Amino acid sequence: MAFDKDFNYTEDFRACPECDLIHSVPRIKEGEQGRCIRCGALLFVRHKNSLDRSLAFALTGLMFFILANVFPLLTFEMEGQAESNRLIDGAIAFWKAGYWELGIVVFISSVVAPSAVLLVLITLLLPMRLNRSPYSPQMQIRLLAHLKPWAMSEIFILGIIVAFVKLQDFADVSVGLSLFAFVLMVAATVMAYMTLDEEALWSRLKEIRA
Amino acid sequence: MTAPVTAKSIGAVSCHVCGLLVSNRFIAEHSPECPRCEAALHSRKSNSLSRTWALLIAAGILYVPANVYPVLTLISFGKSTTNTIMGGVLELAQSGQMVIAVIVFIASVFVPIFKILALLFLVVSVQLGMKVRRRKRALLYRFTEFIGRWSMIDIFMISILIALVKLQALATVTAGPGAIAFAAVVIITMFAAMTFDPRLIWDDERDDNDG
Repeated sequence: MAFDKDFNYTEDFRACPECDLIHSVPRIKEGEQGRCIRCGALLFVRHKNSLDRSLAFALTGLMFFILANVFPLLTFEMEGQAESNRLIDGAIAFWKAGYWELGIVVFISSVVAPSAVLLVLITLLLPMRLNRSPYSPQMQIRLLAHLKPWAMSEIFILGIIVAFVKLQDFADVSVGLSLFAFVLMVAATVMAYMTLDEEALWSRLKEIRA
Repeated sequence: MTAPVTAKSIGAVSCHVCGLLVSNRFIAEHSPECPRCEAALHSRKSNSLSRTWALLIAAGILYVPANVYPVLTLISFGKSTTNTIMGGVLELAQSGQMVIAVIVFIASVFVPIFKILALLFLVVSVQLGMKVRRRKRALLYRFTEFIGRWSMIDIFMISILIALVKLQALATVTAGPGAIAFAAVVIITMFAAMTFDPRLIWDDERDDNDG
């Protein structure tokens, strides 16, 4: 492989994050992917209008996230009495019952991390759309990488479905408006991630700073 | 055939956050941080094997209380039913909700034990210098990392039930101590998967063509 041994850092070559094998960065078309030839890990992606699309999905997601916090998720009725819950009530209920560790875990994974992911994406991409440099792009991109595994909204939806099925056996349960908003928020977040091309992000940042 | 060209073999480090390829000389002369995203640069995750071992042992110990202690109790009309993780699955199956029962069984029973065993196998295979089936082991790691979070379904389900069902004597759901141990198993195994460095699977590859 033709490789300049005396480089500082390079964007022409890339090591596979999962097996360390060096690949030269290929010229792939929009919508195509490149995988590691040794271990099969996903290495390169290109998306059309990546940054604009990701920003649009993140803004949509944030709107639905706000709506998801306003209305009830589920309403439970038995013998004329009714109770409904909001998104944050699960975390609060654990906290109040003395299971504060679980309260914190549920609060972070269902409220803090999912909303932080959207806010970081917006504060990163919106200034760039307006040709300005974000507040601290390096810190924001690192934060995004660290938040990602702890945002578990899509798993929370399955938790809601299981709770719904369990309650149906002995009471009347109905679905609240927030549940729809929450599902749409998850869909928008997934799309915001899927359309985000990090190499496009770095090259756009370079352009803005130049 | 010669040894594969890796970042390590050419004296460089790939940033674990942004993927920039940085030479060791640059790191020595300038800074130990990535010049593009400012993350700390490491050729391999530090103490990957011993940290993963420690987390797996912790998860293995907590796996017992997670399954033995109840995770929730339902009190309705003076009658109380207490469920463990497995009890919850059986109850769903008995009430005819087979699809949901299977989903919960996979997420709560199968995934945690599969994760612990898969990571254990990966760590041991690296320590024994296993030379075969590297690509399959890489795939196993990727799969293990992907499925880990899904075990949180039960914790979210419990959080929703205790928030919703609080009609005093009529119907009340309370959480049980097994839930803490169970959530700990899920989170500790997530950390264990993050601490394991899949590059170790490939590091001693030479000319053995094993696929």
